[in-house]
Amino acid sequence: MRTALRRYPVLIALVLAALFMVVPFVFVAVNAVKSPAEYSANGPLSLPEGLYLDGVKDFWERVDFGQKLLNSALISGSVAVLAVALSVLNAYAIGIGRVRGRTWVLAFFVLANMLPQEALVYPVYYLSKEVGLYDTRLSVIIVFTVIQAAFGTYLLSSVLGQFPREIIEAARIDGANKWQVLWRIVVPVSRPTLGVLLVFFFIWTWNEFLLPLVMLISNDNQTVSVALGVLQGQRLMDATMTNAAALLGVLPALVFFLVFQRTLTRGIAVGAVK
Amino acid sequence: MTVTVEPAGGRRRGRSANSPHRKGASRHHRDSYALFLLPGALAFLAVIVVPFLMNTGVSFTDWRGVGSPEWSGLANYRELMDDSEFWASFRHSLFMVVAMAAVPTAVGLVLAAALFDYVGKHFGSRWAAVLRACFYLPQVLPIAVAGIVWSWILAPDNGSLNELLKAVGLGSWQQDWLGDPDIALYSVMGVMVWVQLGFPLVVFMAGLQRVDPQLYEAAELDGAGWWRRFRHITLAQIRPEIYVVLTWCTIAALKVFGAVYVLTKGGPGGATNVPSYFSFTTFFEKTQVGYGAAVSTVLTVIILAVSLIGLKLQTRAEDAEDSPTGVRT
Repeated sequence: MRTALRRYPVLIALVLAALFMVVPFVFVAVNAVKSPAEYSANGPLSLPEGLYLDGVKDFWERVDFGQKLLNSALISGSVAVLAVALSVLNAYAIGIGRVRGRTWVLAFFVLANMLPQEALVYPVYYLSKEVGLYDTRLSVIIVFTVIQAAFGTYLLSSVLGQFPREIIEAARIDGANKWQVLWRIVVPVSRPTLGVLLVFFFIWTWNEFLLPLVMLISNDNQTVSVALGVLQGQRLMDATMTNAAALLGVLPALVFFLVFQRTLTRGIAVGAVK
Repeated sequence: MTVTVEPAGGRRRGRSANSPHRKGASRHHRDSYALFLLPGALAFLAVIVVPFLMNTGVSFTDWRGVGSPEWSGLANYRELMDDSEFWASFRHSLFMVVAMAAVPTAVGLVLAAALFDYVGKHFGSRWAAVLRACFYLPQVLPIAVAGIVWSWILAPDNGSLNELLKAVGLGSWQQDWLGDPDIALYSVMGVMVWVQLGFPLVVFMAGLQRVDPQLYEAAELDGAGWWRRFRHITLAQIRPEIYVVLTWCTIAALKVFGAVYVLTKGGPGGATNVPSYFSFTTFFEKTQVGYGAAVSTVLTVIILAVSLIGLKLQTRAEDAEDSPTGVRT
C-alpha cells in the first residue's frame, strides 16, 4: 500500500509532462476557432465563445490549401510507392542475392542516407533547371524516391538477409525465375515490413522542407509544408490567420498519427535498431 | 501486424559474409542478381553521386551560379577560416546538439524507464501507451508547422507564453522570446527539445521490451532501488539503442534547417544561424555558390565523421551485449 502511494507522484509527474507536450496543440485548436475580434479582446488563453470557422475558411481559400494538400499527397504517395519498390529491388540483390561486394554497396547506401541535403541542393537545383524539371513535382518525387530508398535498402537488406532460404530454394527448384521469386514469395512474405516503410516514407516526405522549398517555387506545385513555412516567413499573417494555418498544417499530421500510431511506434523502433 | 527485425549493423554483416553458402557452385547465378541493383544504381548516380561530386568540385571554385566556374583552389576554405559568421553557425550547431541529442536522450531515458518500470507495471500498459503517444506526437508534425505553432506561442505581444506568464503573476518574466538576440537561441533550443523528445522515448521503450523482466525482479528482491535498477539494468541493457539515438539525433541537429527558417530566419542578427541555413542563404540569397558549397562540404565531412563514430560505438555495444544473453526479437 505504501509503495502504491509512492508510485502516484511518478504517474502524476508523467501526466503533467505529457500534458505539456500536448498543450501547444490545444492552444492551436482553441484559437483557430476564435474570431479576430474575440481574439484581440480576450487574448489567446480564453476558451472560445463559439465556433468561428471563417478564419480557417479564408485561409484555405487564400493559399488554395486543397491544391497544396493534393500536391503533398501526390508527391508523398508517389515517393512512398516508388521508394519501396526501389528498396525491394536493391535489398533483393543484397539480402537474398548476396551480390559480391554487398558490404560496400550497403555502406554506400548508408552514407547516401546520412548525407546532408545541403550538399546536394544546389547541384540538384542546377541540374533540374538544365533538364527542364525545375519547379515540377516530378523533380521532388525523383529526388526523394532515391533518398528514402537509401534508408529502405539498408533496412530491408538486413530483413531479407534473414529470409528463410529453404522457401527460395524450393521455388527455384519448382522452376520459378528470380523475378517470380521476388514477386510471388519475397514481397508477399515481407509485406508487414514494406507497410512500415511505406508509411514512414509517406510521412517523412510529407514533412520535408528544404528541397521542396528550393524546387517548388510556383504556387500550384507547393506542398503543405512549404506553403505554410513560406507564409510564416513573410510575417504577413495576423494571429488568427497564423492559427488557421497551424491548424490546417497540424490536422493531416494528426490524422496520420491516429491512423498509423501502431505502425509508427513499432516502425521507429524497427528503423532505429537496424 | 508484427514486424520482427534482426538488428544488423556491423555484426550481421560479419556473420553472413562468413557463412559458407554454396561457394563457387552458385557464383554464376549469384552474380546475375546484380541486375536488380541496376535501377537503384542509376538513380543514385544521378541524384546523389553526381550532385555530391559537383558540390564538392564547386567548393574549389569561384562561381556565382551563372557562367563557368573559375578554379580557386582552397580560397573558399581559407576564407571560411576567417569568417566569424561561419564559426558562429557551427557554435550554434553545438547548442542544437545539446537540445536535439543530449537533452532528449537523457530525458527520454528517464521517461522511458519510468513509463516502462512504474507506469507499465503498476497502472497497465494502456497508460504507458497513451503517455508515450503524447510524447511522440510532435514527431509526426512537419517541422515547418511546428515552427508556426511555436512562433505564435512565443510571440512578444499577445503570445500565449507571455500571456500565460502574466496570468500566473510572472509578468516580469515576459520576453521577446525569438526577437531578443540573447535568448533567441535558447528559445529555439526549447522548441527543438519539444520536437525531438518522442524519438528517443519510443526507441528506448522498444529496447526495454527485450530486457528480461526477471532481471528487474531479481534486483528488486535484492533490495536495489529505482536508481540502481536504472543504472545497472536499464542503462546497461539498452546501450546499443542509446548510441543509435545519439548518432541519429546528433546528425539531425547538425542538419537542422526548417525550424530555424520558420522560427527566426537565423536572426536576430545571426543569433540563431546554423550551417545549413548559412549555406542556404549563401547559395540562394547571396548566390555565392562556390562559398556555399564549401560550407556544405565542411558540414558533410563533420556529419560523416559523426556517423562513423556512432556506427562504431553501436557495433561495439551490440557485440558486447551479444555475448551473455543475445536474445533479441
